Amino acid sequence: MAYIIVCIFLVLSGVFFSIMTSAFKDATSISGFLQWGSLILILMAAVITMRLIAEERKLGTLELLLTSPVRDSALVIGKFLGSLALLAIMVICTFLYPILLEVYGDPDVGSIISGYLGLFLLGMTCLSIGLFASTLSANQIVAAVVAGGILFGLWFISLAASYLPEGIANIVNYLSLSYYFTDFLSGIIDTRAIIYYISVTVLFLFLAIRSIENSRWN
Amino acid sequence: MIRVKNLVKYYGKRLAVNNISFNVEKGEIVGFLGPNAAGKTTTMRILTGFLAPTRGEAWIAGNSLQTSSIEARKHIGYFAEAVPLYTDMTVRSYLDFWARLRGLDKHTTKKRINEVIETLVLDEYADTLLGKLSKGYRQRVGVGQAIIHEPDVLIMDEPTVGIDPIQVAMTRQLIKRLGEKCTILLSTHILPEVSMTCERVIIINNGKIIAEDKIDNLSSMVGNARRIRLEVQGPSDDITKNLRQIKGVINVKMQDDRHHIVEYPANQDLRSKITEAVVKGGWTLLSMESVELSLEDVFLKLTTDEDGKE
Repeated sequence: MAYIIVCIFLVLSGVFFSIMTSAFKDATSISGFLQWGSLILILMAAVITMRLIAEERKLGTLELLLTSPVRDSALVIGKFLGSLALLAIMVICTFLYPILLEVYGDPDVGSIISGYLGLFLLGMTCLSIGLFASTLSANQIVAAVVAGGILFGLWFISLAASYLPEGIANIVNYLSLSYYFTDFLSGIIDTRAIIYYISVTVLFLFLAIRSIENSRWN
Repeated sequence: MIRVKNLVKYYGKRLAVNNISFNVEKGEIVGFLGPNAAGKTTTMRILTGFLAPTRGEAWIAGNSLQTSSIEARKHIGYFAEAVPLYTDMTVRSYLDFWARLRGLDKHTTKKRINEVIETLVLDEYADTLLGKLSKGYRQRVGVGQAIIHEPDVLIMDEPTVGIDPIQVAMTRQLIKRLGEKCTILLSTHILPEVSMTCERVIIINNGKIIAEDKIDNLSSMVGNARRIRLEVQGPSDDITKNLRQIKGVINVKMQDDRHHIVEYPANQDLRSKITEAVVKGGWTLLSMESVELSLEDVFLKLTTDEDGKE
């Protein structure tokens, strides 16, 4: 299953990379690819994580896991790190694109590095949200749909910002996953963005742990 | 080793476990007996840390499941009723996973896996995917997972349901052997299992413990009645009618189509009267013996009494 996900991700990314590069005749940045790549990543995150806890519930193996001497937090973090490793592999595979740019053009290394940092942080956050969604149901489809809902909600919430009065618009932007991502694309590494992504990740991991603990009380 | 005190569990509004308390001492094999939905699985899930009780406390090897759950769980091996398995693992990799999760080092893991495979006769299927195994073999793997780390306390929820008689016998022997080293609490609604493997039995119904004693003492739990089993040559209906007419007899019923069971109060001895009745009817008395109340009778009597009272 992991192989299929990685393959599909790489195929789609490859397609977007080649389209964006040839359409804009822009051999200096991968931001075109990253913009699309981030959306693919969100989708993939929901798919990677949907089975993590939901399947354990469905198979009944959660009963064995929760009765073994393993803390709930260890269980959640372990699953998270596993999915993070998969994310890392997927992202590292796309290093091919900037290498190609280097060979044929003159890419802006700074924005490539910040772009990838942003992509990885975004991916990490999406995985934590997906993992939380997976703890909510024994049904993987439900988990995927909930994850997708939260993820797309948080991504596109910034669209609403342009229609809202300034004060509220700002708050809405601060919650949005996409708002912080755009800076990474331009080569800006903003500590606020890093803190945002890490905080959201920690929040959803915490919620996931609580959700599992809660199932003990039925 | 296992201590339960005033345990209560509500599922929403439904009361599943109603203030139960019991102990299992080190080295005992205790049977937890009750009909479906009696509260057995719920109690076991609380004892293993899967569920939290609404009220009350439980201890395993002196560790409270409320305050030192992780420590308590280290002592437990759990066979869950549903026998959950990772269907895409092989027997060996499954056992390896649980061994490592339990903290066994590499060398011990390898040794234990081989021992468990040998004990449970899984050699033939050691490298088969769990998804492809039959129920009987899955159950064996489930038992393997429960014993791989040689726990002090083994909690088994319905270990002999739905498997063939050969395997039932194997499981029974295994439980007896394990009972020499660990403390075992097993739940079942199959009565012969309990009388064959357990030293003590706890009977639960509707979330309450209604009886608890050594197997041998069970009959005394159900009030004062003596039972005699007769084998009489003759028409069974007439025999039954005549026996019923003896003064003092509480009940007469058929056990298979050759034996009669006559029940009468313990403070009398109606055996001579019974013999007389048979002879008078012109029939031949082939055999007569005292019968202890079987576990089944005890169980039925206790559970129906319980319902009757309510």
